[in-house]
Amino acid sequence: MLLLKLFFAFIQVGMFSVGGGYAAIPLIQEQIVNIHHLMTLEEFSDLITVAEMTPGPISINSATFVGMRIAGIPGVLLCSIGCIIPSFAICLTLAYFYYKYRTVSGVQVVLGSLRPAVVALIASAGASILMLGLFQAELEAVVLGNLKYVELIIFIVALFLLRKFKLSAITIILGSGVVGTIVYTLMGSVA
Amino acid sequence: MERSYNKLWILFRSMFVLSACTFGGGFVIVSLMKKRYVEELKWLEEDEMLDVTAITQSAPGPLPVNASVIIGYRIAGIVGSLTAILGTILPPMVIISIISLFYEQFRTNPYIATALQVMRAGVAAVIFDVVINLAGNVIKTKRILYIAMMVVAFVATYLFDVSAMIIIFVCLGIGLVDLGVTLNNKKKGKVS
Repeated sequence: MLLLKLFFAFIQVGMFSVGGGYAAIPLIQEQIVNIHHLMTLEEFSDLITVAEMTPGPISINSATFVGMRIAGIPGVLLCSIGCIIPSFAICLTLAYFYYKYRTVSGVQVVLGSLRPAVVALIASAGASILMLGLFQAELEAVVLGNLKYVELIIFIVALFLLRKFKLSAITIILGSGVVGTIVYTLMGSVA
Repeated sequence: MERSYNKLWILFRSMFVLSACTFGGGFVIVSLMKKRYVEELKWLEEDEMLDVTAITQSAPGPLPVNASVIIGYRIAGIVGSLTAILGTILPPMVIISIISLFYEQFRTNPYIATALQVMRAGVAAVIFDVVINLAGNVIKTKRILYIAMMVVAFVATYLFDVSAMIIIFVCLGIGLVDLGVTLNNKKKGKVS
Protein backbone atom coordinates (compact mmCIF):
# COMPACT_ATOMS: atom_id res chain seq x y z
CA MET A 1 0.00 0.00 0.00
CA LEU A 2 2.78 2.33 0.99
CA LEU A 3 4.73 1.33 -2.11
CA LEU A 4 1.74 2.02 -4.31
CA LYS A 5 1.29 5.42 -2.72
CA LEU A 6 4.95 6.23 -3.40
CA PHE A 7 4.63 5.03 -6.97
CA PHE A 8 1.66 7.28 -7.73
CA ALA A 9 3.21 10.22 -5.90
CA PHE A 10 6.24 10.05 -8.18
CA ILE A 11 4.19 9.58 -11.33
CA GLN A 12 2.66 12.95 -10.47
CA VAL A 13 6.08 14.48 -9.85
CA GLY A 14 7.24 13.20 -13.25
CA MET A 15 4.14 14.43 -15.01
CA PHE A 16 3.95 17.95 -13.63
CA SER A 17 7.58 19.00 -13.29
CA VAL A 18 7.82 21.05 -16.45
CA GLY A 19 10.89 23.16 -17.05
CA GLY A 20 13.90 21.48 -15.51
CA GLY A 21 15.12 20.10 -12.22
CA TYR A 22 14.43 22.88 -9.79
CA ALA A 23 10.79 23.04 -10.85
CA ALA A 24 10.43 19.53 -9.42
CA ILE A 25 11.48 20.43 -5.86
CA PRO A 26 8.23 22.06 -4.70
CA LEU A 27 6.23 19.25 -6.32
CA ILE A 28 8.20 16.57 -4.51
CA GLN A 29 7.85 18.48 -1.27
CA GLU A 30 4.10 18.69 -1.71
CA GLN A 31 3.70 14.99 -2.46
CA ILE A 32 6.16 13.57 0.06
CA VAL A 33 6.04 16.02 2.97
CA ASN A 34 2.66 17.74 2.84
CA ILE A 35 0.25 15.18 1.40
CA HIS A 36 1.64 11.78 2.33
CA HIS A 37 3.81 12.68 5.36
CA LEU A 38 6.51 10.27 4.27
CA MET A 39 9.35 12.58 5.35
CA THR A 40 9.84 15.52 7.68
CA LEU A 41 10.82 18.92 6.32
CA GLU A 42 14.35 18.48 7.79
CA GLU A 43 14.81 15.17 6.01
CA PHE A 44 13.55 16.80 2.87
CA SER A 45 16.14 19.59 3.03
CA ASP A 46 18.85 16.96 3.57
CA LEU A 47 17.56 15.33 0.44
CA ILE A 48 17.91 18.55 -1.57
CA THR A 49 21.50 18.99 -0.33
CA VAL A 50 22.41 15.46 -1.39
CA ALA A 51 20.61 15.79 -4.70
CA GLU A 52 22.58 18.94 -5.50
CA MET A 53 25.93 17.47 -4.52
CA THR A 54 25.59 14.30 -6.58
CA PRO A 55 25.27 13.68 -10.30
CA GLY A 56 21.98 12.97 -12.00
CA PRO A 57 18.60 14.65 -12.41
CA ILE A 58 17.20 16.05 -9.18
CA SER A 59 13.89 14.19 -9.46
CA ILE A 60 15.56 10.80 -9.97
CA ASN A 61 17.88 11.60 -7.07
CA SER A 62 15.01 12.44 -4.77
CA ALA A 63 12.94 9.48 -5.93
CA THR A 64 15.87 7.23 -5.03
CA PHE A 65 16.53 8.92 -1.69
CA VAL A 66 12.87 8.83 -0.63
CA GLY A 67 12.42 5.27 -1.90
CA MET A 68 15.52 4.00 -0.09
CA ARG A 69 14.64 5.68 3.21
CA ILE A 70 11.07 4.45 3.20
CA ALA A 71 11.13 1.02 1.55
CA GLY A 72 14.69 0.00 0.59
CA ILE A 73 15.58 -1.24 -2.89
CA PRO A 74 11.98 -1.99 -4.01
CA GLY A 75 11.15 1.59 -3.01
CA VAL A 76 14.02 2.92 -5.10
CA LEU A 77 12.87 1.01 -8.17
CA LEU A 78 9.19 1.94 -7.86
CA CYS A 79 9.81 5.63 -7.20
CA SER A 80 12.27 5.99 -10.06
CA ILE A 81 10.11 4.09 -12.51
CA GLY A 82 7.09 6.16 -11.49
CA CYS A 83 9.08 9.30 -12.02
CA ILE A 84 10.09 8.43 -15.61
CA ILE A 85 6.88 6.83 -16.93
CA PRO A 86 5.31 10.17 -17.97
CA SER A 87 8.58 11.37 -19.56
CA PHE A 88 8.92 8.15 -21.46
CA ALA A 89 5.40 8.17 -22.90
CA ILE A 90 5.37 11.88 -23.80
CA CYS A 91 8.88 12.10 -25.27
CA LEU A 92 8.47 8.93 -27.28
CA THR A 93 5.37 10.42 -28.90
CA LEU A 94 7.16 13.73 -29.55
CA ALA A 95 10.19 11.88 -30.97
CA TYR A 96 7.95 9.93 -33.31
CA PHE A 97 6.37 13.08 -34.74
CA TYR A 98 9.65 14.98 -34.84
CA TYR A 99 11.39 12.32 -36.93
CA LYS A 100 8.36 11.92 -39.15
CA TYR A 101 7.98 15.60 -39.99
CA ARG A 102 11.33 17.24 -39.41
CA THR A 103 12.29 17.35 -43.09
CA VAL A 104 9.12 19.25 -44.04
CA SER A 105 10.35 22.74 -44.97
CA GLY A 106 7.74 24.61 -42.90
CA VAL A 107 8.74 22.62 -39.82
CA GLN A 108 12.37 23.47 -40.59
CA VAL A 109 11.64 27.20 -40.51
CA VAL A 110 9.93 26.92 -37.12
CA LEU A 111 12.60 24.67 -35.63
CA GLY A 112 15.24 27.05 -36.98
CA SER A 113 13.92 29.79 -34.73
CA LEU A 114 14.14 27.55 -31.66
CA ARG A 115 17.84 26.82 -32.14
CA PRO A 116 19.21 30.26 -31.19
CA ALA A 117 17.03 30.07 -28.04
CA VAL A 118 18.47 26.70 -27.07
CA VAL A 119 22.03 27.98 -27.58
CA ALA A 120 21.21 30.91 -25.30
CA LEU A 121 19.75 28.60 -22.63
CA ILE A 122 22.84 26.40 -22.64
CA ALA A 123 25.08 29.48 -22.48
CA SER A 124 23.11 30.79 -19.52
CA ALA A 125 23.49 27.49 -17.64
CA GLY A 126 27.23 27.63 -18.38
CA ALA A 127 27.51 31.20 -17.09
CA SER A 128 25.70 30.30 -13.84
CA ILE A 129 27.98 27.36 -13.17
CA LEU A 130 31.05 29.44 -13.99
CA MET A 131 29.97 32.04 -11.43
CA LEU A 132 29.40 29.31 -8.83
CA GLY A 133 32.78 27.82 -9.67
CA LEU A 134 34.77 31.07 -9.58
CA PHE A 135 32.96 33.00 -6.83
CA GLN A 136 30.85 30.37 -5.03
CA ALA A 137 27.89 32.69 -5.55
CA GLU A 138 25.13 33.48 -8.01
CA LEU A 139 25.61 36.49 -10.29
CA GLU A 140 23.73 38.98 -8.08
CA ALA A 141 25.83 38.04 -5.03
CA VAL A 142 29.25 38.03 -6.71
CA VAL A 143 32.01 39.84 -4.81
CA LEU A 144 35.05 40.37 -7.05
CA GLY A 145 37.46 39.97 -4.13
CA ASN A 146 36.23 36.38 -3.62
CA LEU A 147 37.59 35.24 -6.96
CA LYS A 148 39.07 31.75 -6.59
CA TYR A 149 42.31 31.71 -8.57
CA VAL A 150 42.73 27.92 -8.57
CA GLU A 151 39.33 27.47 -10.21
CA LEU A 152 39.98 30.31 -12.64
CA ILE A 153 43.23 28.69 -13.81
CA ILE A 154 41.57 25.28 -14.05
CA PHE A 155 38.76 26.79 -16.12
CA ILE A 156 41.17 28.49 -18.55
CA VAL A 157 43.43 25.45 -18.91
CA ALA A 158 40.43 23.13 -19.33
CA LEU A 159 38.89 25.33 -22.01
CA PHE A 160 42.24 25.51 -23.81
CA LEU A 161 42.63 21.70 -23.71
CA LEU A 162 39.08 21.25 -25.03
CA ARG A 163 39.51 23.70 -27.91
CA LYS A 164 43.03 22.67 -28.87
CA PHE A 165 43.10 18.90 -28.25
CA LYS A 166 39.39 18.01 -28.26
CA LEU A 167 39.68 16.08 -25.00
CA SER A 168 36.51 14.32 -23.87
CA ALA A 169 34.21 16.09 -21.42
CA ILE A 170 34.52 13.35 -18.82
CA THR A 171 38.32 13.56 -18.80
CA ILE A 172 38.10 17.31 -18.25
CA ILE A 173 35.52 17.14 -15.45
CA LEU A 174 37.13 14.33 -13.48
CA GLY A 175 40.60 15.72 -14.20
CA SER A 176 39.69 19.14 -12.84
CA GLY A 177 38.24 17.53 -9.70
CA VAL A 178 41.41 15.52 -9.06
CA VAL A 179 43.88 18.31 -9.88
CA GLY A 180 41.92 20.87 -7.87
CA THR A 181 41.66 18.66 -4.80
CA ILE A 182 45.40 17.92 -4.92
CA VAL A 183 46.25 21.62 -5.27
CA TYR A 184 43.99 22.59 -2.35
CA THR A 185 45.40 19.75 -0.23
CA LEU A 186 48.97 20.90 -0.95
CA MET A 187 47.97 24.47 -0.11
CA GLY A 188 46.62 23.10 3.17
CA SER A 189 43.22 24.68 2.66
CA VAL A 190 41.13 21.53 2.87
CA ALA A 191 39.93 21.68 6.43
CA MET B 1 22.61 -8.20 -35.37
CA GLU B 2 26.00 -8.04 -33.72
CA ARG B 3 26.38 -4.48 -34.95
CA SER B 4 23.11 -3.36 -33.45
CA TYR B 5 23.95 -4.92 -30.08
CA ASN B 6 27.23 -3.11 -30.27
CA LYS B 7 25.43 0.17 -30.93
CA LEU B 8 23.09 -0.36 -27.98
CA TRP B 9 26.08 -1.10 -25.77
CA ILE B 10 27.83 2.12 -26.84
CA LEU B 11 24.58 4.01 -26.27
CA PHE B 12 24.18 2.54 -22.79
CA ARG B 13 27.81 3.11 -21.87
CA SER B 14 27.79 6.72 -23.12
CA MET B 15 24.61 7.59 -21.22
CA PHE B 16 25.92 5.85 -18.10
CA VAL B 17 29.22 7.76 -18.09
CA LEU B 18 27.58 11.12 -18.94
CA SER B 19 24.99 10.69 -16.22
CA ALA B 20 27.55 9.59 -13.63
CA CYS B 21 29.69 12.66 -14.25
CA THR B 22 27.05 15.34 -14.65
CA PHE B 23 26.67 17.78 -11.81
CA GLY B 24 24.25 20.65 -12.09
CA GLY B 25 21.12 21.12 -14.13
CA GLY B 26 19.80 19.58 -17.30
CA PHE B 27 21.54 21.91 -19.75
CA VAL B 28 24.89 20.66 -18.50
CA ILE B 29 24.14 17.14 -19.62
CA VAL B 30 22.77 18.45 -22.89
CA SER B 31 26.14 20.04 -23.71
CA LEU B 32 27.87 16.79 -22.79
CA MET B 33 25.47 14.82 -24.98
CA LYS B 34 26.10 17.23 -27.84
CA LYS B 35 29.83 16.72 -27.50
CA ARG B 36 29.47 12.94 -27.29
CA TYR B 37 26.82 12.19 -29.91
CA VAL B 38 27.47 14.97 -32.43
CA GLU B 39 31.22 15.56 -32.23
CA GLU B 40 32.66 12.24 -31.03
CA LEU B 41 30.30 9.53 -32.32
CA LYS B 42 28.75 11.57 -35.18
CA TRP B 43 25.42 9.82 -34.62
CA LEU B 44 23.41 13.03 -34.69
CA GLU B 45 23.58 16.29 -36.59
CA GLU B 46 24.13 19.48 -34.66
CA ASP B 47 20.77 21.01 -35.65
CA GLU B 48 19.05 17.81 -34.65
CA MET B 49 20.62 17.94 -31.20
CA LEU B 50 19.35 21.50 -30.74
CA ASP B 51 15.84 20.47 -31.85
CA VAL B 52 15.94 17.55 -29.42
CA THR B 53 16.95 19.96 -26.64
CA ALA B 54 14.02 22.25 -27.41
CA ILE B 55 11.57 19.32 -27.41
CA THR B 56 13.11 17.96 -24.21
CA GLN B 57 12.69 21.29 -22.51
CA SER B 58 9.03 21.65 -23.47
CA ALA B 59 8.04 18.19 -22.22
CA PRO B 60 7.49 17.44 -18.53
CA GLY B 61 9.95 15.36 -16.53
CA PRO B 62 13.70 15.41 -15.92
CA LEU B 63 15.59 16.85 -18.90
CA PRO B 64 18.32 14.16 -19.10
CA VAL B 65 15.70 11.39 -19.09
CA ASN B 66 13.69 13.15 -21.80
CA ALA B 67 16.78 13.61 -23.94
CA SER B 68 17.69 9.94 -23.45
CA VAL B 69 14.25 8.85 -24.64
CA ILE B 70 14.52 10.86 -27.87
CA ILE B 71 18.18 10.15 -28.66
CA GLY B 72 17.69 6.44 -27.86
CA TYR B 73 14.63 6.36 -30.13
CA ARG B 74 16.65 7.94 -32.94
CA ILE B 75 19.48 5.41 -32.60
CA ALA B 76 17.50 2.20 -32.13
CA GLY B 77 13.75 2.76 -31.74
CA ILE B 78 11.94 1.93 -28.50
CA VAL B 79 14.63 -0.54 -27.43
CA GLY B 80 17.11 2.30 -27.83
CA SER B 81 14.95 4.57 -25.66
CA LEU B 82 14.80 2.01 -22.88
CA THR B 83 18.54 1.34 -23.11
CA ALA B 84 19.34 5.05 -22.95
CA ILE B 85 17.01 5.62 -19.97
CA LEU B 86 18.59 2.74 -18.08
CA GLY B 87 22.05 4.18 -18.69
CA THR B 88 20.91 7.60 -17.51
CA ILE B 89 19.11 6.61 -14.30
CA LEU B 90 21.36 3.81 -13.08
CA PRO B 91 24.26 6.01 -11.83
CA PRO B 92 22.13 8.39 -9.73
CA MET B 93 20.11 5.46 -8.38
CA VAL B 94 23.18 3.55 -7.25
CA ILE B 95 25.05 6.61 -5.96
CA ILE B 96 22.10 8.00 -4.01
CA SER B 97 21.16 4.60 -2.58
CA ILE B 98 24.65 4.27 -1.15
CA ILE B 99 24.84 7.88 0.03
CA SER B 100 21.46 7.70 1.75
CA LEU B 101 23.05 5.09 4.05
CA PHE B 102 26.17 7.20 4.79
CA TYR B 103 24.61 10.62 4.50
CA GLU B 104 26.30 12.35 7.47
CA GLN B 105 29.82 11.20 6.58
CA PHE B 106 29.31 12.23 2.96
CA ARG B 107 27.97 15.69 3.67
CA THR B 108 30.74 16.62 6.10
CA ASN B 109 33.72 15.21 4.20
CA PRO B 110 35.96 18.19 3.24
CA TYR B 111 37.70 16.39 0.35
CA ILE B 112 34.40 15.58 -1.33
CA ALA B 113 33.24 19.18 -0.87
CA THR B 114 36.47 20.53 -2.41
CA ALA B 115 36.39 18.15 -5.36
CA LEU B 116 32.76 19.02 -6.09
CA GLN B 117 33.51 22.74 -5.93
CA VAL B 118 36.54 22.52 -8.26
CA MET B 119 34.72 20.29 -10.74
CA ARG B 120 32.35 23.16 -11.44
CA ALA B 121 35.21 24.99 -13.16
CA GLY B 122 35.74 21.94 -15.39
CA VAL B 123 32.02 21.62 -16.13
CA ALA B 124 31.86 25.33 -17.00
CA ALA B 125 34.78 24.87 -19.42
CA VAL B 126 32.99 22.00 -21.18
CA ILE B 127 29.81 24.04 -21.55
CA PHE B 128 31.72 27.06 -22.87
CA ASP B 129 33.48 24.85 -25.41
CA VAL B 130 30.12 23.58 -26.69
CA VAL B 131 28.57 27.06 -26.65
CA ILE B 132 31.44 28.54 -28.69
CA ASN B 133 30.73 25.99 -31.45
CA LEU B 134 26.96 26.40 -31.30
CA ALA B 135 26.97 30.20 -31.19
CA GLY B 136 29.48 30.21 -34.07
CA ASN B 137 27.03 28.26 -36.18
CA VAL B 138 24.14 30.58 -35.36
CA ILE B 139 26.33 33.53 -36.39
CA LYS B 140 27.29 31.72 -39.60
CA THR B 141 23.63 31.65 -40.69
CA LYS B 142 24.10 35.46 -41.08
CA ARG B 143 20.43 35.95 -40.19
CA ILE B 144 20.21 39.05 -38.02
CA LEU B 145 16.92 37.69 -36.62
CA TYR B 146 18.58 34.52 -35.27
CA ILE B 147 21.62 36.32 -33.86
CA ALA B 148 19.40 38.91 -32.16
CA MET B 149 17.15 36.16 -30.74
CA MET B 150 20.17 34.37 -29.31
CA VAL B 151 21.51 37.50 -27.60
CA VAL B 152 18.12 38.61 -26.26
CA ALA B 153 17.30 35.10 -25.02
CA PHE B 154 20.63 34.92 -23.20
CA VAL B 155 20.15 38.28 -21.49
CA ALA B 156 16.56 37.35 -20.58
CA THR B 157 17.44 34.00 -18.98
CA TYR B 158 20.73 34.87 -17.41
CA LEU B 159 20.15 38.41 -16.19
CA PHE B 160 16.38 38.44 -15.73
CA ASP B 161 15.69 34.82 -14.77
CA VAL B 162 13.03 34.35 -17.44
CA SER B 163 12.16 30.64 -17.46
CA ALA B 164 13.36 28.38 -20.26
CA MET B 165 9.78 27.39 -21.09
CA ILE B 166 8.81 31.00 -21.78
CA ILE B 167 11.89 31.55 -23.95
CA ILE B 168 11.09 28.44 -26.00
CA PHE B 169 7.45 29.40 -26.49
CA VAL B 170 8.21 33.00 -27.46
CA CYS B 171 10.74 31.77 -30.01
CA LEU B 172 8.22 29.22 -31.26
CA GLY B 173 5.84 32.15 -31.84
CA ILE B 174 8.53 34.08 -33.72
CA GLY B 175 9.20 30.95 -35.78
CA LEU B 176 5.54 30.67 -36.75
CA VAL B 177 5.42 34.34 -37.80
CA ASP B 178 8.65 33.76 -39.74
CA LEU B 179 7.04 30.78 -41.46
CA GLY B 180 4.01 32.92 -42.38
CA VAL B 181 6.25 35.62 -43.86
CA THR B 182 8.31 33.06 -45.79
CA LEU B 183 5.23 31.41 -47.28
CA ASN B 184 3.75 34.80 -48.15
CA ASN B 185 6.95 35.89 -49.93
CA LYS B 186 7.01 32.64 -51.90
CA LYS B 187 3.41 33.22 -53.04
CA LYS B 188 4.20 36.77 -54.16
CA GLY B 189 7.31 35.49 -55.92
CA LYS B 190 5.23 33.05 -57.93
CA VAL B 191 2.71 35.72 -59.00
CA SER B 192 5.28 38.23 -60.24
